[in-house]
Amino acid sequence: MGLTLNHFLILGAILFCIGLYGAISKRNAIAVLMGIEIMLNAVNVTMIGFSFFNHVKPYSTYLTGQIFAIFIITVAAAEAAVALAMIIAIYRKRETVDVGEIDIMKW
Amino acid sequence: MDLATLIFWIIAVILVGSALMVVGLRNIVHSAVALILLFAMAAGIYVLLDAEFIAIVQILIYAGAVTILILFALMLTRITGQQSRTNPTNKQWWIALVICTLLGVSIIYAATTSPHAVATVGSDSGQLPAGINNVVRIGQLLYSPTQYSFVLPFEIASLVLLVAIIGAIVIGRED
Repeated sequence: MGLTLNHFLILGAILFCIGLYGAISKRNAIAVLMGIEIMLNAVNVTMIGFSFFNHVKPYSTYLTGQIFAIFIITVAAAEAAVALAMIIAIYRKRETVDVGEIDIMKW
Repeated sequence: MDLATLIFWIIAVILVGSALMVVGLRNIVHSAVALILLFAMAAGIYVLLDAEFIAIVQILIYAGAVTILILFALMLTRITGQQSRTNPTNKQWWIALVICTLLGVSIIYAATTSPHAVATVGSDSGQLPAGINNVVRIGQLLYSPTQYSFVLPFEIASLVLLVAIIGAIVIGRED
């Protein structure tokens, strides 16, 4: 048997959960960001998988999943740039990138 | 097992393994290098799914730009006197493990039992018009002002990028 949609959905689910684990269990803020990047890539795998297995004309010719993936990549690049600038700004003020110690907004 | 399935399994194993290395390695620079491998393998998955343009963009933006940005941020936020364990987990890591395992099991259960509206088996019916490859088709879908296209979201995405550039400069500036 060949490849089915479930192959890509399960691969995306596993990657998403590994990324989520990294995002919520790491203390280094940059490691949290790397977990978020893994999650976004997992979503892209799922999106492009749906796009590949869509054979309903004329919608399959619009490649909506791939266009979605392009916009996700755009927003992810913007998010990475802003988040890393914030991490560097926080490091300059507080000499730490530990998300457990950055608690100035805690009430 | 045909060739595409074999390539899929090879890439999937390397992909999941490098993702585990990103979250599991002790040294965060090694994690960042494993992240490059993850992005490259994801590009392989996209090639397997006939999305050549996104594979190229993935290599350029993720494996090129984002990992360089992460490595620069790591260089600028180096914690002195702590070289071997620079990627620690917090005290609730086992709760995170339980939550992620439960979420993964439920997503896989939902994905395998749901009746999908799209075909679950690939066919060679062809999603693209004759004589037009993936890159040309995505160009038509992003830019064309007359046909069905995503030109308005594309313009809004340029605005998002502009705001992100200005925001990164303003936030990261020394004052």
